[in-house]
Amino acid sequence: MRGWLIWTPFVLFLAFVGLFASGLFKPDDHVIHSRLVGQNLPAFALPPAASDRPGLTSAQVATGKPRLLNIFASWCVPCAAEAPQLMALRQAGVEIDAIAIRDARPDVDRFLARYGNPYARIGLDARSAVQIALGSSGVPESFVIDSKGRIAYQHIGDIRADDVPMILDRLKAAQ
Amino acid sequence: MRLLIALLLLAFSPSLAAQSALPPAPWANRQIPDAAKEAKAKALMETIRCLTCQSQSIADSNASMAGDMRSQIRERIIAGEQPEAIRDWLVQRYGDWVSYEPTAAPILWPLWAAPLLLLAVGLFLVRRRIGGRKRS
Repeated sequence: MRGWLIWTPFVLFLAFVGLFASGLFKPDDHVIHSRLVGQNLPAFALPPAASDRPGLTSAQVATGKPRLLNIFASWCVPCAAEAPQLMALRQAGVEIDAIAIRDARPDVDRFLARYGNPYARIGLDARSAVQIALGSSGVPESFVIDSKGRIAYQHIGDIRADDVPMILDRLKAAQ
Repeated sequence: MRLLIALLLLAFSPSLAAQSALPPAPWANRQIPDAAKEAKAKALMETIRCLTCQSQSIADSNASMAGDMRSQIRERIIAGEQPEAIRDWLVQRYGDWVSYEPTAAPILWPLWAAPLLLLAVGLFLVRRRIGGRKRS
């Protein structure tokens, strides 16, 4: 009994060392995934963010056909890097709606004139309210919305050229 | 030299300073006139983690998104919503991660039980010591 008891602090110590080491060596993860993936898109209605595109409501995203919902901002540099991929997706026949975060109409117009406009509708989320309701934590992010208006997939960060086939597959699967 | 220029360019690149130029949301930096409501909102904001600067609460962070969250929390408190309902709404979207306030989720039961367990072990050891001395 005594011999066994005397080793318990040491065993506990080793257990803690193991626990802390696993925490130290685990790769750092700052990506925040939305818990709404697999659930319905929350209801929202946003005014237009660009002068030649209508605003966006959640009902318009659930159309019986999978759509891409892109969250961007004219002040966001990775969003500019993402633009050619969105144009390629649009060319492939994908319907893309967008939410502009904390933006102003002249800035959005300038951004779209410079980088192209792949969007059918653009809603203006001036105070990030819809972004928070979606469980999104930054720009750019993209959501694949399935034919029933459920969030099928969340892409965090800009869509790179080699992500495009994967996004197309996800859209097909969301039929 | 080239490396230095590259580093300087990186340090001043807009992507690192990418923040919206829009003014903050109406209640981001303004207190609710009703002191009791403001206290409620403040207590909640201090326990909600900022999504941009992840080791700060939204009460401490200057990120524009933290300002938008503060404004939204104040607006909801003004509208009469309970702080815990707002916390639940955020946890539904971002997970337990977004709240600094520990919950009573089963995964945390060992954490809550640890002080009691340690105290019990301590009492047991003390009793054994005292009991042993009396006998000798």
